[in-house]
Amino acid sequence: MTQSSVDLPPKGGFSFDLCKRNDMLTQKGLKAPSFLKTGTTIVGLIFKDGVILGADTRATEGPIVADKNCEKIHYMAPNIYCCGAGTAADTEAVTDMVSSQLRLHRYQTGRDSRVITALTLLKKHLFSYQGHVSAALVLGGVDITGPHLHTIYPHGSTDTLPFATMGSGSLAAMSVFEAKYKEGLTRDEGIKLVAEAICSGIFNDLGSGSNVDICVITKGHKEYLRNYMEPNPRTYVSSKGYSFTKKTEVLLTKITPLSERVEIVEVAGEAMEE
Amino acid sequence: MTFTVPIDNGDSVKIAEEESQRTLYPYVTGTSIVAIKYKDGVLMASDMGGSYGSTLRYKNIERVKAIGKHSLLGASGEISDFQEILRYLDELTLNDNMWDDGNSLGPKEIHNYLTRVMYNRRNKFNPLWNTLVLGGVKNGKSYLGMVSMIGVSFEDDHVATGFGNHLARPILRDEWHADLSFEDGVKLLEKCMRVLLYRDRSAINKLQIAKITEEGVTVSQPYSLKTFWEFSSFHNPTAGAEGSCRMLS
Repeated sequence: MTQSSVDLPPKGGFSFDLCKRNDMLTQKGLKAPSFLKTGTTIVGLIFKDGVILGADTRATEGPIVADKNCEKIHYMAPNIYCCGAGTAADTEAVTDMVSSQLRLHRYQTGRDSRVITALTLLKKHLFSYQGHVSAALVLGGVDITGPHLHTIYPHGSTDTLPFATMGSGSLAAMSVFEAKYKEGLTRDEGIKLVAEAICSGIFNDLGSGSNVDICVITKGHKEYLRNYMEPNPRTYVSSKGYSFTKKTEVLLTKITPLSERVEIVEVAGEAMEE
Repeated sequence: MTFTVPIDNGDSVKIAEEESQRTLYPYVTGTSIVAIKYKDGVLMASDMGGSYGSTLRYKNIERVKAIGKHSLLGASGEISDFQEILRYLDELTLNDNMWDDGNSLGPKEIHNYLTRVMYNRRNKFNPLWNTLVLGGVKNGKSYLGMVSMIGVSFEDDHVATGFGNHLARPILRDEWHADLSFEDGVKLLEKCMRVLLYRDRSAINKLQIAKITEEGVTVSQPYSLKTFWEFSSFHNPTAGAEGSCRMLS
């Protein structure tokens, strides 16, 4: 095996050394491996006491549904959660990385993490990769300065909004928010509106589907409602599910060893060939 | 010494002439149309903008027109192709009137005619770059259908073209129901048009709503929708996060 002569990439960012070789291979007919995308609907909104995040649970690999019930609301800190759209590996890796950076920071400062810290760590990382880390995030949380909701785009730009949607189903969800959002919603009104927006994405966008996950974050308290709504249950034709009519019957319970009925002849020499 | 010069000129000029006979891109375009069936007939809403690429060139284009006594045609896409379609339909209705047999073309017939025209043009690789919405009432039955530039045609209780597909359809699917009253229908259309105004960059705040019933067609005067920009986080968007995008997204 020959040693690869590719150097380790310099600190930070990508090394594009293999791009020419990859182009040559695709020209020769090699199909590049596809990556798991989470064609998604993710939303967040600020209500009276805090932030509510919502997400669907379908992960797609091109036209196939790879995971019917994946988790798109990632933990960042006890008071901060982040929804991710785009390439599943990228959103997982980036949120895990920043989550551990936040924990170390908490140990060092002795204080609760602030949402803006998570925001800055994420945007710095994504910007340095110039959009190649395909993660579009909705970051929400409540810290000492109040409730915050931000969107982060793959190239590293961020927005601070009262309500936000991302992913392929973002237009369907945004139409619900633009029509129905008002300030000062109560917790139940907020949850209802978020569920409605995610359902709009689930039913009107092909890249989103299955169930609705919701996360409610308030001062000092969070509630992760996994599978809050399951509007796409598996249905069976009969209400009892599958049932088999009793066609198998027991005829005999007496066991007769076969060696009493059959003559066994040992053939010398030839063992069974594997 | 002979040297061969590639004789591209003659051929390429010919090809250029042939190429320029086909519609390759739209130039002056109208954005979405949203239409619904309601108790007495059909309601159709459109804004009055004509964009030339990313410039808002025309602000007084009527994209919904009455056809005969029984139909209403709305178009999004290339405006010149829409005007051409109106000329075709004029010819069609004129020829039909010349029969003088008391019959008049209903919405179903016009929809079928338009489908044939659009599909045939698409087969010749020279499409009319429009998505058309055809609504009408004849003999008490309301009809609402759509034809796209490649000839896809269908009827439905509520339709939307362009950006309306993504932004208005979810709202219509949730909130449309049979036998809407006129006021409720207009409120539903305005809800959709408001979302489009917020989120479609080529939409303008000047819209018309057209109504067609057994009695005939009424196209409203142009008016504008009220919009709400007073969210507290819009007043100071970067209060919690210095350095993030200060522009309203």
